[in-house]
Amino acid sequence: MSSSTRSSQASTTLVHQPWFLFMVMAALLAFTGFAQSWLFALTIVQLCMISSIMALGVNVQWGYAGLFNAGTMGFAALGGLAAVLIAADPVPEAWSVGGAGIGLSALVIGGTIAAVILVRAKLGGLAGFLSTAVILIVGYLLFTAVFGPATSAIESVDASQTGYLGGMGLPILLSWLVGGLLAAGAAWLIGKVAIGLRSDYLAIATLGIAEIILAVIKNEDWLSRGVKNVTSLPRPVPYEIDLQTSPAFVEFAQNWNVDPVALASITVKLAFIALFAVVLIVLVYLSEKALYSPWGRMMRAIRDQPDAASAMGKDVKSRHLQVFILGSAICGIAGAMLVTLDGQFTPGSYLPLRFTFLIWVMVIVGGSGNNMGSVLGGFLIWFVWVQSESAGFALMDALSGLFADDSPMRGRLIEAAPHLRPVLMGLILILALRFAPKGLIPER
Amino acid sequence: MSLLQATGMRGGYGAADILQGCTINCDRGEIAVIVGPNGAGKSTAIKAIFGMIDLREGDVTFEGKSITSLAPQARVEAGMGMVPQNNNVFPGMTVEENLQMGAFLREDGGAGVIDKVYDLFPAVKDKRYQLAGELSGGQRQQVAVGRAMMTEPTLLILDEPTAGVSPIVMDELFDRIIEIAKTGIAVLMVEQNARQALEIADTGYVLVEGQNRFTDTGAALLADSEVRATFLGGDQS
Amino acid sequence: MHDFANAFILLSNYVLIPSITYGSQLAIGALGITLVFSILRFANFAHGDTMAFGTMVAIFCTWGVQALGLSLGPLPVALITLPVAIAVTIALVLGIDKIIYQFYRNKKVEPIILVMASVGVMFMMNGIVRILIGTGDVSFADGARFIIRAREFREMTGLDEGLALRTTQVITVVVAGVVMAALFWFLQKTRTGKSMRAFSDNEDLALLSGIKPERVVQITWIIAATLATIAGVLYGLDKGFRPFTYFQLLLPMFAAAILGGIGQPIGAVVGGFVIAFSEVALTYAYRRVFEYLGPDGFEVEGLAQLIETEYKFAISFIILVIVLLVRPTGIFKGRVL
Ligand SMILES: Nc1ncnc2c1ncn2[C@@H]1O[C@H](COP(=O)(O)OP(=O)(O)OP(=O)(O)O)[C@@H](O)[C@H]1O
Ligand SMILES: [Mg+2]
Repeated sequence: MSSSTRSSQASTTLVHQPWFLFMVMAALLAFTGFAQSWLFALTIVQLCMISSIMALGVNVQWGYAGLFNAGTMGFAALGGLAAVLIAADPVPEAWSVGGAGIGLSALVIGGTIAAVILVRAKLGGLAGFLSTAVILIVGYLLFTAVFGPATSAIESVDASQTGYLGGMGLPILLSWLVGGLLAAGAAWLIGKVAIGLRSDYLAIATLGIAEIILAVIKNEDWLSRGVKNVTSLPRPVPYEIDLQTSPAFVEFAQNWNVDPVALASITVKLAFIALFAVVLIVLVYLSEKALYSPWGRMMRAIRDQPDAASAMGKDVKSRHLQVFILGSAICGIAGAMLVTLDGQFTPGSYLPLRFTFLIWVMVIVGGSGNNMGSVLGGFLIWFVWVQSESAGFALMDALSGLFADDSPMRGRLIEAAPHLRPVLMGLILILALRFAPKGLIPER
Repeated sequence: MSLLQATGMRGGYGAADILQGCTINCDRGEIAVIVGPNGAGKSTAIKAIFGMIDLREGDVTFEGKSITSLAPQARVEAGMGMVPQNNNVFPGMTVEENLQMGAFLREDGGAGVIDKVYDLFPAVKDKRYQLAGELSGGQRQQVAVGRAMMTEPTLLILDEPTAGVSPIVMDELFDRIIEIAKTGIAVLMVEQNARQALEIADTGYVLVEGQNRFTDTGAALLADSEVRATFLGGDQS
Repeated sequence: MHDFANAFILLSNYVLIPSITYGSQLAIGALGITLVFSILRFANFAHGDTMAFGTMVAIFCTWGVQALGLSLGPLPVALITLPVAIAVTIALVLGIDKIIYQFYRNKKVEPIILVMASVGVMFMMNGIVRILIGTGDVSFADGARFIIRAREFREMTGLDEGLALRTTQVITVVVAGVVMAALFWFLQKTRTGKSMRAFSDNEDLALLSGIKPERVVQITWIIAATLATIAGVLYGLDKGFRPFTYFQLLLPMFAAAILGGIGQPIGAVVGGFVIAFSEVALTYAYRRVFEYLGPDGFEVEGLAQLIETEYKFAISFIILVIVLLVRPTGIFKGRVL
């Protein structure tokens, strides 16, 4: 009668076998390769893998512990920022004009915080309040006095090309780790405040923190170049052009009778895929390990029976904080990987629909609580997301055929095509919640 | 044929049955009292009678008609009133508004009945514009009973109306309940203060693990040495 | 004395009037959120997009009326198309409730599932609005632009600073006042309104009193849709319509509802004004105010702005965080979820 009994009966059938579902997914991708182009299929696979990693991160939070993080976008953007800070070329001139000022500003902030903590510990009551206020005001004035000139000096250094401090010029792969750490740090801060309140509050708070992270990244030009974007970040894999001009590669291609240009593109994509696969496999392995460890069992016990768990002396809040940090770190890693793949950091492209809620659809459709489910959801939903774009245009194109050539409706329809995607995703989310709340690969 | 007949009730909140075939009857002008140890299923039994949980087996009839499949609101319309054990007032609303909400189903808005309730509980009238959440425990219980009286039910169900009130207020409340029963209303009540409750009970039910252990008149149960020893905290007549 | 008056006019023009206007818009939006919160017990992520939808309908109707060559004189046409927009939005929201939310209600799922379903609804409304009206800015405030123009004010008073009062600002405040008065009257004095409060206070007891939950829920949606449309149209008249902005209003509105105390309509109103005032006052550049107030020839370096405008979202967020830390029930002792 209830949906749970229905799905438990169905779980014995083919469509609920993970291997079968992954086969179907592979077939879809292969079909794309044959029918459209292999390069296109590989491009999809790259982003499928990154999406899967983000979905894993959300699954760790939601599936394991029942935490609703509506700020995935912010953590992914922090990961992306890490890629810039690690791998972009440093701008020595900017450092020389403003580095000291930025350092000093950091000292002022640190000093103010330290002074406040000290005063709060020593003085209570009105005296404590007043001196805290004075310290804060003085700190703020000092900060603006140092920070403003420093940033404007930095931002005026060859503004059209740099205008920011640049990165450290280190290998970009390192940023995958740092991105995770950066996101973990932010998650620790926000988690300290919002964990322990009912999940709606966490959702609202994380929604807010994501907006703020993005606002900082978009406006602190000295740090991230803001909406001027950071382009041509180094790659961890060879460039197509280098391959095409390498005699050995060209000879290899000719031996196999393929076009070197095409082969170069495919090689690069495969190289990325190999790197991503390593990360994905390691993360899936670790997530599975964690899920079936005593830690993971306790996590799920807390999720299902929070009252009983806390009655048994489990520290629910600190467990939740752990899981929140871990999940956010995974999203940060994925964010760094995405920027690495794109070779550029474009803060304007971070939209909540794409970077937060789409990931949620992946987790729900894939099966919350199941890591393989999240991976599948990441692949499937990203595939649908990409394909629905061209399908949307085709549909609108066909519809616009109904109107006269000079009708303004034609333009409107084509313009509207991209917005069919959120409608479709919303529909998928609602249908999944209603008819398959356990997802394609239910939790074991 | 009693006004209320709940026969062979079986059911609970999940897989396990809390009620194991328990039977409760109550008639007009009569006070029926359910007693028993904590967790015996007393609250569950009256929730089942009121349709707040679904029964797997058994039947509830009211005024001779089966009401087993009716929703709680429909039972209110049919003439049943209920005071739950916990959270039995609207804390953010004034006392008067609480009573008005009790009369929600009445076409006339219950203006006349409010006066009757105020007559029954004069203390409530004094606090009519105060928030119910700011009342003392005893006052709150009176408001809760008053709210349930607003539909002028033929059957009034009370879950531990004297929980957390002083002995004086308890006697006072019992007096009111006797008064209510005298007007011809059937009163079905769960009580922790078993001895005092059985003293005013026409019928007493001793419930243990979801089953009727003893059923008799209140006086007979009070006189039964086994009941006294096991459920009334020793022989101290 | 002159300087003082100038400073005051400056502040009124750029802080006081804008924050009262914006506060009214936020308050009406937050009222809808807090009502859904208290009756249906979930944070409705689709509320911003419901506002966008209602506003869009009002804009279409406005265009229709304008195409007929009609106008309302000094008032914007949107005022008479508002009822139509409200009706359409109510129909949509009730339909959504029937198709989507009712199912979960009957199954008594965890509230977070409802939040997620509302995210799905948000996605769909988001796409539909953009398909129908596009993503760009739409300005649909017609009629007289100003009630008081800055130049006229300067000529009238002889001050250096002019006070400009836009028609849309006055309309916002008047409409908001009427709407709030009507809503509070409804909740406090009518039987249906009281039954909603009762349901919000103690759902089980409301059921035992014969209050019909589905009816309460329907009325809640009707009110929420009405408030959302009004808030959206007022905001759009005042600042122009752009779908993404409406999504971004979600955070300040949530913050207002939580700051005031969830389930407390009066709290939502106060919260809305506090958030709006903080946003405007903290991002305003006070340089000229200080120059008027300081001694003659006094000059301020920089803008004297506490927080850059780009970070105005941070303000509602920080207020939200402080409330959660210090007093999770909010100013008016609302519910803690
Ligand atoms: N809402 C509920 N969900 C699940 N189980 C419940 C619920 N309410 C009660 N129970 C269980 O049902 C059993 C009977 O509870 P009930 O409240 O009927 O006892 P009671 O006789 O009223 O006890 P008390 O005298 O303490 O009020 C208990 O084991 C209790 O744990
Ligand atoms: Mg009980």
